Amino acid sequence: MILVVVEHGNGRIGKSARELVTAARSCGVEGPVAALVLGSDVAAIATEAATLVGQVLVADRPELATYDAELWAAAVAQIAREGEVALVLIAASRSGREYSPRVAVKLEAPLIEGAACLTFEGGVVRGERYSFLSRVTETVESNAAVVVATVLPGAFAPAEALGAPGEQFDVDLELPERRLIVTGAQPANAGRLPLGEAEIVVAGGRGTGSAEGFERIVVGLADKLGAAVGATRAVVDAGWRPYAEQVGQTGVTVQPRLYLAIGISGAVQHLSGMNKSQTIVAINKDADAPIFTVADYGIVGDCDAIVEALKSAIG
Amino acid sequence: MRILAIVAQVPGAEERLKVAEGGVDLGASKLVLDTMDEYGVEEALRLREAGAGGDTAVEVIVLGVGPSRVEAALRNALALGADRAVLVDSGAIDLARDVVATSKVIAEVAKRERADLVLCGAQQADSDSQALGAAVAERLGWAQATWVTALTCEGRTLAGRHDVDDGQQDFRLPLPAVVTAQQGLNEPRYPTLPNIMKARKKELRMEVLAGFDVAPQVRLVKQELQHRERLHRLIPGSDAKAAADELLRALREDAKVLA
Ligand SMILES: Cc1cc2nc3c(=O)[nH]c(=O)nc-3n(C[C@H](O)[C@H](O)[C@H](O)COP(=O)(O)OP(=O)(O)OC[C@H]3O[C@@H](n4cnc5c(N)ncnc54)[C@H](O)[C@@H]3O)c2cc1C
Ligand SMILES: Nc1ncnc2c1ncn2[C@@H]1O[C@H](COP(=O)(O)O)[C@@H](O)[C@H]1O
Repeated sequence: MILVVVEHGNGRIGKSARELVTAARSCGVEGPVAALVLGSDVAAIATEAATLVGQVLVADRPELATYDAELWAAAVAQIAREGEVALVLIAASRSGREYSPRVAVKLEAPLIEGAACLTFEGGVVRGERYSFLSRVTETVESNAAVVVATVLPGAFAPAEALGAPGEQFDVDLELPERRLIVTGAQPANAGRLPLGEAEIVVAGGRGTGSAEGFERIVVGLADKLGAAVGATRAVVDAGWRPYAEQVGQTGVTVQPRLYLAIGISGAVQHLSGMNKSQTIVAINKDADAPIFTVADYGIVGDCDAIVEALKSAIG
Repeated sequence: MRILAIVAQVPGAEERLKVAEGGVDLGASKLVLDTMDEYGVEEALRLREAGAGGDTAVEVIVLGVGPSRVEAALRNALALGADRAVLVDSGAIDLARDVVATSKVIAEVAKRERADLVLCGAQQADSDSQALGAAVAERLGWAQATWVTALTCEGRTLAGRHDVDDGQQDFRLPLPAVVTAQQGLNEPRYPTLPNIMKARKKELRMEVLAGFDVAPQVRLVKQELQHRERLHRLIPGSDAKAAADELLRALREDAKVLA
């Protein structure tokens, strides 16, 4: 049995859940796929998940209304143990990457982190992942009886619905008390397209000059293209943009169809968050900026003038 | 109070990596104390200096698990001001890709040293793993906070801010706990000459992996440098309008990534 943990928000299952189902189906020669839905008031989520897999396990509890690493780890490990699961698949989101290690330790199972490819054949789980700040692709494998893996967003195509909906089962869980108490929140910029799911990302760096420059150049172009907005750490540290827009090692990793880097130098830490994008455009006044080494199309020049021209040309 | 800061040794961010015989060859690379761990060590020193939790005798111990060369990173942390160091020499066993196994060693040392707080980098710049802190916390049965950008300690309670899926959160957390550090938490200090000299005399205890009953369950099969062919097509930028038109044409007609 392969267990997929369903991420959800705003009453819908996340794109990552559909991607995990595809990953699970491609590994599925070793057994059926089940999905686990954790949360409070999640009947609609469970029904949506049931369009994708044969079995949906539902833990609908008030304590699970908001995510907590210890609660999530306890729940997933318990289900994996009782269901004799051979492979647990968790999205490599920030939360997935922080509770999955606890699941693995509870199960004494190895953890394969951030899989971009995954196979499960003859009892061996093999994953392809990135290392050395995304400069290396490596293959790892394990023949342990139980394996936990986190799967990179965007690595698998979102799964489509099956013909007949799967069965739903309510599950009983023993949950620990929360120890991390949330005392305040600075939510990501609601209203804008989530970075990780966008097909087009327009990202800006210090080369945009100021918060106003960024707004006019980067956000202005993003609006014209229906794109998400990304930023470098330098821009976030300067307070020009919210942290949620940061792309890179300490921010979000994106893999859109099109990434436009505007006034970004291309530091290793930034590249590691975007160098898997399908097509990369760089606009920078410095012809030697490292961003050009990963660019498909480069324009050396002043980003303000060039983006203004782009905006007019798009109309 | 005792703080255990975990230290890894990784190639510098600007190092060119080399692959030989299907694996990354670090033989010729300049290796440094992982930047993310530096934030952890710095935070431990600041907690000591602030008399964290009302304790004026906070001890900062740095721990490395890996090949014997990791000693250099530990010496570096001692030069920054850590009180003493422990190196668990992994010898011929490659633990690098099995965080679950590594966490067993770290948790065991934390227990033996009677640590109250474990600090480590949010991500290791060699394995790109983000799992170490949480795995150690689970081994110890402790609470955790990951990707922390602000931290204080009052009595036996930590308070701080960290990154989550949807923005940032302020949190409270009881000790004992594991906290993973990242950029933004602090500005790490530089080692001073007197501290570098003092560091040579500080205790660095060597232990061997055999005493910890661990066997890695993940095997590294092969590694290759990522190389994605890029077009590297340069569009002259002197005429902004012409450049914009040509870029749009190329994105629509050649790359077919724009409607
Ligand atoms: C542990 C660690 C983690 C990090 N994580 C991240 C991360 O997640 N994400 C991240 O982005 N960074 C990260 N960094 C920081 C990273 O090293 C760089 O400092 C940062 O990416 C630089 O941002 P920038 O390109 O906006 O600024 P700069 O490096 O200052 O580059 C600005 C660029 O704009 C160009 N420019 C200036 N004026 C114009 C103009 N008028 N028109 C066109 N171009 C112009 C310049 O030529 C230059 O190339 C991290 C660093 C560390 C140590
Ligand atoms: N579009 C471009 N604009 C400016 N310089 C470029 C461009 N494309 C490639 N280069 C230069 O060529 C190098 C790319 O080499 P490589 O990484 O081997 O593909 C970079 O270091 C840049 O200096």
